[in-house]
Amino acid sequence: MNALTTLLERYEILLADGAVGTNLIPAGLAAGAAPEAWNLDRPEDVRALHEGFVEAGADLLVTNSFGGSGRRLHLHGLDDRVVEINARAAEIARSATAGTGRQIVIAGSVGPTGDLMAPLGPLSHEAAVAAFAEQIEGLKQGGADLAWIETMSAPEEIAAAAEAAVAAGMAYTVTASFDTAGHTMMGLAPGAFARSMRDREVPPVAFGANCGVGAADLLAAALDLVDNAGALPVIAKANAGIPHIHGETVVYSGTPALMADYVRLAVDVGARIIGGCCGTTAEHVRQMRSALDAHTRGARPDVEAIVARLGALVSPPAAGVADRPARRRRRA
Amino acid sequence: MAETEDQEIVLSELDDGELVEQMQDDLYDGLKEEIEEGVTILLGRGWAPYDVLTKSLVAGMKTVGDDFRDGILFVPEVLMAANAMKAGMAILRPLLAETGAPKIGKMVIGTVKGDIHDIGKNLVAMMMEGAGFEVINLGINTDADAFLAAIDEHKPDILGMSALLTTTMTYMKTVIEELKSRGIRDDLIVLVGGAPLNEEFGEAIGADAYCRDAAVAVETATRLVTQRAAAT
Repeated sequence: MNALTTLLERYEILLADGAVGTNLIPAGLAAGAAPEAWNLDRPEDVRALHEGFVEAGADLLVTNSFGGSGRRLHLHGLDDRVVEINARAAEIARSATAGTGRQIVIAGSVGPTGDLMAPLGPLSHEAAVAAFAEQIEGLKQGGADLAWIETMSAPEEIAAAAEAAVAAGMAYTVTASFDTAGHTMMGLAPGAFARSMRDREVPPVAFGANCGVGAADLLAAALDLVDNAGALPVIAKANAGIPHIHGETVVYSGTPALMADYVRLAVDVGARIIGGCCGTTAEHVRQMRSALDAHTRGARPDVEAIVARLGALVSPPAAGVADRPARRRRRA
Repeated sequence: MAETEDQEIVLSELDDGELVEQMQDDLYDGLKEEIEEGVTILLGRGWAPYDVLTKSLVAGMKTVGDDFRDGILFVPEVLMAANAMKAGMAILRPLLAETGAPKIGKMVIGTVKGDIHDIGKNLVAMMMEGAGFEVINLGINTDADAFLAAIDEHKPDILGMSALLTTTMTYMKTVIEELKSRGIRDDLIVLVGGAPLNEEFGEAIGADAYCRDAAVAVETATRLVTQRAAAT
């Protein structure tokens, strides 16, 4: 049995970690540079970030391999080192858990390729599966417990990544980014995504939402995810608000206190793996841990209740679609 | 609508008004071949290329853009529509050049250094073209030197920058600072966009505007170029 399933059987709710990429920026990651290159060049900084999350109480670490597919590393001239970079990512995260005595899941991050898939774009299903397979092979070699497929928006790309994980014999999870009017950028709705996950021949260990445009929007999507999840656990990993620039640094609007309240709401919504994405620091995770440990699941909130506590939706679903005038003629 | 759904539509049998309306619908549905046929028919009826562009394609893309902005259409549908428009444009472009049709403005656009995401940026480029702008698309992973070289070469009215990653969006500030240090910042309208950005972020890095999506980009570009022309 994979480590995530084991922990899910032991605990009702698991706390995932915070962000990787945005937290490497204050450590010196230059704008436009590849965070994954630090697995080779500055492993101690990556380890220190993971250790911060471990100390803050995270049950699950997401590796520094979000952009670790060959199609993305190509940009940085690193596409000949895909397996090595991903293996290192998993090893570094694992090493950060040493001596804790806790069981901590090492989730091997797999982000989108950045390419449009056929027929809209140039990336064929086979090429996408091959790219994900190479990355997942590296994560597996490095000892990751599962492939953490995240920030997805296209159903075709989700299918390709899931297929690659299954072929590699890895357990997997999938989270999508619902950042456009309650859908992913490619128009995937939370409910439809949930049903597609349930219907897969080898379903994910868990699935859900990450990143996007803020905690309120993410939890609004999570309501639909939970409603359509069947028995599958739902993941919620929201950004700590939205980014603001202060002089030379980027600051996220979500305070640790707000993210703590987001955790309580996420529990009430029915999510079982809860964490933060971009902008979420170790201090956020510490307060999220305290909030989680002190919270007893309460009444399920509706969108209004979520908005009242976390702020307005940044990209609300379209209103009044049915009121639009009928189109003149439609071809078959 | 159900009662007309099964009717075969023969474009060449429609009068001009009906044909233009049908082309707007076909654009909405991303029907590339039908758009090519419609453009050819209108040209054959003696329409000026510029009128074909504005009355059928640009007007059709306006509806697509509005529904995209309002969360009714998403990227796949808009890409299909933009591809259909592009096919129409391919027929019109040489004719527009011959007839000296007015250009609204010129834009240099690129996805910033370290970022390979170009879906939204390409949509902006296509819709800007559809709205009558000349667009120089620098592709992905564009560093400050590449932006500046293109600005020197093409003398655009607008610089567009895109980023999808929270780790790359700050590079936009690097480019704007470079424009400032060369004293050319105010010669350009700088528009920025991408999923993790917001209006305040655009302001803070010194852009003229943040554009939430391609439709907003076209509206904003048109407004700012018009304002600037009126001011000079």
